[in-house]
Amino acid sequence: MTALGKLVRTTAFKLSAAYLVIFTVFAFLLLGYVAWNARRLIADQVAGAVQAEVQGLAEQYGAGGVRRLIGTIEARSRQPGSSLYLLTSARGERIAGNVERLPADLLSQPGLRETMYSLNDEPDSRPRLALVQVFDLPGGLSLLVGRDMSEAEALRGVIRRAFGGALALVVVLALIGGWFVTSRVLGRIDAMTATTRQIMEGDLAGRLTVTGSHDELDRLAANLNAMLDRIELLMAGLKEVSDNIAHDLKTPLTRLRNGAEQALRGSDDPGQYRHALEGTIEEADNLIRVFNALLMIARAEAGSAREGMVDFDAAEVARDVAELYEPLAEEAGVPLTVNVPQGMPMHGSRELVGQALANLVDNAIKYARVTQAAGESAHAPHGAGVTIAATPRDGALEIVVADRGPGIPEADRGRVLDRFVRLETARSRPGFGLGLSLAAAVARLHGGELRLEDNAPGLRAVLTLPVRPSSPKVPPQRPARA
Amino acid sequence: MVMKLLIVEDDSEAAAYLVKAFRESGHVADHSGDGLDGYAMAREGDYDVLIIDRMLPKLDGLSLIHGLREQKVETPVLILSALGQVDDRVKGLRAGGDDYLAKPYAFSELLARVEVLARRRGGGRAEETRYQVGDLELDRLSHRVTRAGKPVDLQPREFRLLEYLMKHAGQVVTRTMLLENVWDYHFDPQTNVIDVHLSRLRGKIDKGFDRPLIHTVRGAGYMVRDSAR
Repeated sequence: MTALGKLVRTTAFKLSAAYLVIFTVFAFLLLGYVAWNARRLIADQVAGAVQAEVQGLAEQYGAGGVRRLIGTIEARSRQPGSSLYLLTSARGERIAGNVERLPADLLSQPGLRETMYSLNDEPDSRPRLALVQVFDLPGGLSLLVGRDMSEAEALRGVIRRAFGGALALVVVLALIGGWFVTSRVLGRIDAMTATTRQIMEGDLAGRLTVTGSHDELDRLAANLNAMLDRIELLMAGLKEVSDNIAHDLKTPLTRLRNGAEQALRGSDDPGQYRHALEGTIEEADNLIRVFNALLMIARAEAGSAREGMVDFDAAEVARDVAELYEPLAEEAGVPLTVNVPQGMPMHGSRELVGQALANLVDNAIKYARVTQAAGESAHAPHGAGVTIAATPRDGALEIVVADRGPGIPEADRGRVLDRFVRLETARSRPGFGLGLSLAAAVARLHGGELRLEDNAPGLRAVLTLPVRPSSPKVPPQRPARA
Repeated sequence: MVMKLLIVEDDSEAAAYLVKAFRESGHVADHSGDGLDGYAMAREGDYDVLIIDRMLPKLDGLSLIHGLREQKVETPVLILSALGQVDDRVKGLRAGGDDYLAKPYAFSELLARVEVLARRRGGGRAEETRYQVGDLELDRLSHRVTRAGKPVDLQPREFRLLEYLMKHAGQVVTRTMLLENVWDYHFDPQTNVIDVHLSRLRGKIDKGFDRPLIHTVRGAGYMVRDSAR
């Protein structure tokens, strides 16, 4: 592509050209209107003067006939800056007047018109423009009365020159203005293009500049930044997952392999083989569960589970889960209280919401048990145990699973929602560290969130689910980076 | 009851394992390696249950099932699939499958589910209003349960749990089957909550009686059976 071709293709050029054309057309129309009006005004004035002259001459003619008319014409012709007069005989000879030369056939055509003429006392002068009226008088006489138009002509010239100058000025201004406006706007777009290119080339931390003017481009930049934040989060998640998969799946895989190897190396006792094989299957089952949970999280994160969404009663799911875990809680000596109203319809994945709640309740019972095992139950405040409560709140359902266990230190609350994160205090408990992250992913899939709060003591997990899921929650916007 | 099964699975090693395992369990199992061949065999042979993989050469599993149902072949179908998510399962059942099992699975789970499907085909006990195992009786209409003539007080869920177990008396019922059929959820409950429900039910049914009726089948699940017979 040539440099010119490139220039022509830019939006800046196109917009500037459009500005130019529009400005020019408008200026042309405006100036043309002014010029036309001025011209008409002058012509009207001249015509009026000629008319008055004709009126005067007609009166003289009426009072004293041709003789008096000739006298008046000759008298008036001698005055400086006078009008134009010419009286000719039937044969075209000049009887009186100050006009020397005229187009030959002019006198034979009565009426008002513009023509060129010369005065008889300035024989070598250039022909000048005049507005003349011709009358036929009785006896074959022709009378011409006119007014010099050279001043009007000069004014027209001034207007024409002003016209040209103004147009040139408008073109220049339009070009400058168009270029200024477009380059300001397009400069920002170009800057955005440059930044996005940088980001595409691998600088994922880069962000578009948000000027704070809240205009369209600012909103675009803010939205693109939010999108980039989400992409960065997903990328970070992906990287973390692969790191964690490497660690947390390799560990049981190693155990599995070691167990099988040891069984082979050991005695030939069928009982020992059996034991080893059972252990192998158990490890494999655990691996499958971790794998399934990971897939479920990935699906929820990617939003692909959206297809399976239906209308269902979240209250019923909450009660089902509570009922499912109630014997477990009782066996663990943890009272399970359910405080769920009747009928909380929502649109979403019943299975995933059920799984998320099951994870929260399972966790709560598990950790409430930790506390009791540590002998703190004797001092536990009244109402110790696990509470499942649900309340509708402005277009969303809030399901709270609260326990009186050790809770989670504030600093760790964000971290435990990540995959595979298990606090040191939980290392000794069974689990894979995926329960809370799965619940959080389910919340995000529905456009809601999972909040962990202090239950003083214990943990309050608040699952907020919009009744109608909109779009997956985008992390809060970070301040713009230039 | 000896079952006649058709396994449509393109992975020959997995298929050989299944055929061998079913034969060892006393059943008859045929194998087909692709969708079209499987379709022909399923239409011709009089099978009790079809075990069909979702991803098959020539004709995919769901289309195969759909074709069979259009031809009024109502043999129960169990879909095997590497895709185990909720929406895949829904798709499979919508295509005409009767049950869905995600790979990898335990053979005991597959066997238990296939046996339930085969029983359903034979009419089963679905239409009965009263179930009886030994001296345990369950009336589905009045929701009354008695053991040796004495009423047993059960919670609604415990009743449904016992109802499902008794409906499939003599058959192995796995934990996931119970979660799916009694609770209607397909998720992983993390801790083995089903076992706790079962032990509670056992406390109400078998406690104080010499002969237990609810049996744990090691490595598989549970079974209600009158051990005396």
